[in-house]
Amino acid sequence: MNQSVFLYNPAIKEMISKWKYRGDYCLGDIFKESFVQTFKTAFGNEINDSIVVPIPLSDERLLERGFNQSAMLADYLQVEKKEILTRIHGEKQSKKTRIERISARNPFSLNAVVSNKVILIDDIYTTGATLRHAATLLQEAGCPKVSSFTLIRG
Amino acid sequence: MNELTPFDPHSELTLALRYSGKLLLRKEIPLDHATFQQLLNQQQFIPHASIIRKFSGPKCNRCNNQKRSLFGIIPCQICRKQHLYCRKCIEMGRVLECESLYSWQGSKPDWLSHANPCSWIGELTKRQKLASERIVEAVTNLEKELLIWAVCGAGKTEMLYAGITSALKKGKRVCLATPRADVVRELLPRFRQAFSSVHIQGLYGGSKDNDGTAQLILATTHQLLRFQAAFDLMIIDEVDAFPFHADPSLPYATSRAKNETSTTIYLTATPRKMHRKRIARNNLAHIFVPVRFHGHPLPVPTMKMSLNLRKSIQRFLPPNHFFTWLKNRRTPSRQLLLFVPTINLAERMGEKLIEKLLISEDITSELDLVTVHASDVNREEKVMQFRNKEILILITTTILERGVTFPSVDVAVIDAGHEVFDEAALVQISGRAGRSIDDPDGEVVFFHDGKTDAMVKAIRSIKSMNRRGGFK
Ligand SMILES: [Zn+2]
Ligand SMILES: [Zn+2]
Repeated sequence: MNQSVFLYNPAIKEMISKWKYRGDYCLGDIFKESFVQTFKTAFGNEINDSIVVPIPLSDERLLERGFNQSAMLADYLQVEKKEILTRIHGEKQSKKTRIERISARNPFSLNAVVSNKVILIDDIYTTGATLRHAATLLQEAGCPKVSSFTLIRG
Repeated sequence: MNELTPFDPHSELTLALRYSGKLLLRKEIPLDHATFQQLLNQQQFIPHASIIRKFSGPKCNRCNNQKRSLFGIIPCQICRKQHLYCRKCIEMGRVLECESLYSWQGSKPDWLSHANPCSWIGELTKRQKLASERIVEAVTNLEKELLIWAVCGAGKTEMLYAGITSALKKGKRVCLATPRADVVRELLPRFRQAFSSVHIQGLYGGSKDNDGTAQLILATTHQLLRFQAAFDLMIIDEVDAFPFHADPSLPYATSRAKNETSTTIYLTATPRKMHRKRIARNNLAHIFVPVRFHGHPLPVPTMKMSLNLRKSIQRFLPPNHFFTWLKNRRTPSRQLLLFVPTINLAERMGEKLIEKLLISEDITSELDLVTVHASDVNREEKVMQFRNKEILILITTTILERGVTFPSVDVAVIDAGHEVFDEAALVQISGRAGRSIDDPDGEVVFFHDGKTDAMVKAIRSIKSMNRRGGFK
C-alpha cells in the first residue's frame, strides 16, 4: 500500500526537476515539513517497529547527481534508515514504455536480512512497478510487512 | 557541419576550436575518460578550483558569486564529503566544490581572415552611417570601449555590420551578447543573411547548435559564463537591460569572455545612470543616433489619469478610459500592444477582455486576442503570430518591452505607475510604436492613477531625443 504527500502537477514537476535533475540539493528542504507531517499521519502507530528503506539510484546516476533524493527524504524522518537495497543495472526507467516497466525483471538486490516492518521511501510513484519490485524482494526475504511512502503520486 | 571543421574529434585543430577560449566543467567536455586524462597530463587542459574559500567567504570561479546565501551545502556522494555548490549559476549546470573548471592551454585556433564577409546589400541613412564609421574606427584603433546611444528604431543592427566586417577581415573573433534569448533568436537569421559565408552560432538556454565554435557568436549573457579570453570584438546589446544591470555576474562573465586587447561596443536606447555619468565626465567615448532609420520622430506618449484604475484592475479589466480610447483611435487598423505589470494580471485580463471585446465587437473571434509572458512556453510562436498580423491584440508583460519589432502598432500601458515600469522600460515600451517606414507613427498611452517620476522622465527624455534629432 502506498501513501503520498502531493499529487503530480506542473508546479511540483518544475520544483522536482530543479531539485533532482539540476541537482539543487537544498531545494529538497522545501518538502521536509509536509513530508514529515504526512508520514506521521499515515504511519503513526507503526513507526516504532518499522525501518525506512530508500529506493537506491544506480551508481552511475549517483555519481552524476551527487545525492540520492530518496535517501534525503528518508533522512527527514525520525525512523531508523537502512540502505539495504542496491540497483543491479542502471537503465533509465523513464525511457521504457509502461508495459516494459511493469514486466521488467527485478532491478534490485537485497544485501541484508530484515525482521522489522519496512516502509519504502521514494520521490515519485508512477506505475508502482519500482516499489513493487523492491517489496517483493523484501517479502521473499521474510520481511513481515512492506508499505511505501512517496513524495508525489503521478 | 562547416566544411572547414575537420572530422577527427581528437585532432589538435578540432580540440583547439572546441575548447579554446572556454572555462568548462568536466561534464561540458564530451571526451572519453582516457583522452581527457591524457590531455590533462599533457597540460593541454588546465584544472582550476571551481569554488574557493576566502577569508571573506566562498566564491564561485565560474559566476563570481560571493553571496553566502547563494551557496548550498551538499553531502556529496561523489567525493563522500560535505561541501559547497553554487546555486547562483546552477541553471548552467551545477558547480560542485569538489570538481574543477577546465581551460584549454593547447594550441589556439586560427580564425579565418575573411576577404569579403559582408553579404548585406542595404543602405544606411546618414545618421546610421556616422555611427557605423565610428564603430569601424574603434575596431581599427583597438579602442577599449564605445557606447552607441541610438533611439529605439534607429536601425542599430545594420550599423554594426561594417565594424564586424572589419574585425572578420583581420581574422578576429566576434561576439554579440544580449540579455535576452528572444533577441538572439531574432538576430540570428539576420546575421546569417548579412554574413552568409561566416560560421555563426546563436547560444541561449536550449539552443541546439551550441558547442560555441563559431567565429561569430550571438549569445545571451548567461551563456558567456562558459567563455574566457575568447573574443576580440564584444558587442553588448541593450547594455541597460534587466537582468544585465541587476545581476553582477553577467558583466563579470562578459568581461572575462573578452581578450586582453579587445574592443567593446555598448548599444543602448536608454543608458543607465552609470553610463550617463561617464559620458558627462568624458571618460566613455560615445556617439548619439537621435533619428529613427525612417527619419520620423519618436511617438510621444500621452498620460491618461483614471481614478477607478485600482477598482478595474481588481476585476482584471483596464480602466474605462481605455475603452473610450480604443473606440477613438486615429488609426483603428493598427494592432494593439497592451502592457500590464504582472503575469497574473496579463492572464486574467486576457480572459476578461476577450469576453468584453467580443460583446462590443472590437474583436470578432476569441483568437484575436492573445496573452504572452516570460514563462509562456508558446512565447516565440505567439510573437511570430502577432508579427504576421494573425492576432489583433497582444497582452504582454515587460518581456516584450525591447528587442522585438512589430510594423504597425498602438501601445497602451495599463497601470503605468507600477514599479516595474521604470523610466527605461517606459521609453522602450513607447519605442515599439511607429517602427515601419509605411506607418512611422503610433499612439502610446500610459493609463495610470497617479503620475510617477518614471512616467514624467520617460516622456521628457523622448521629447529631448526628438529635439536632438532636429524635430521641433
Ligand atoms: Zn556560480
Ligand atoms: Zn564532492
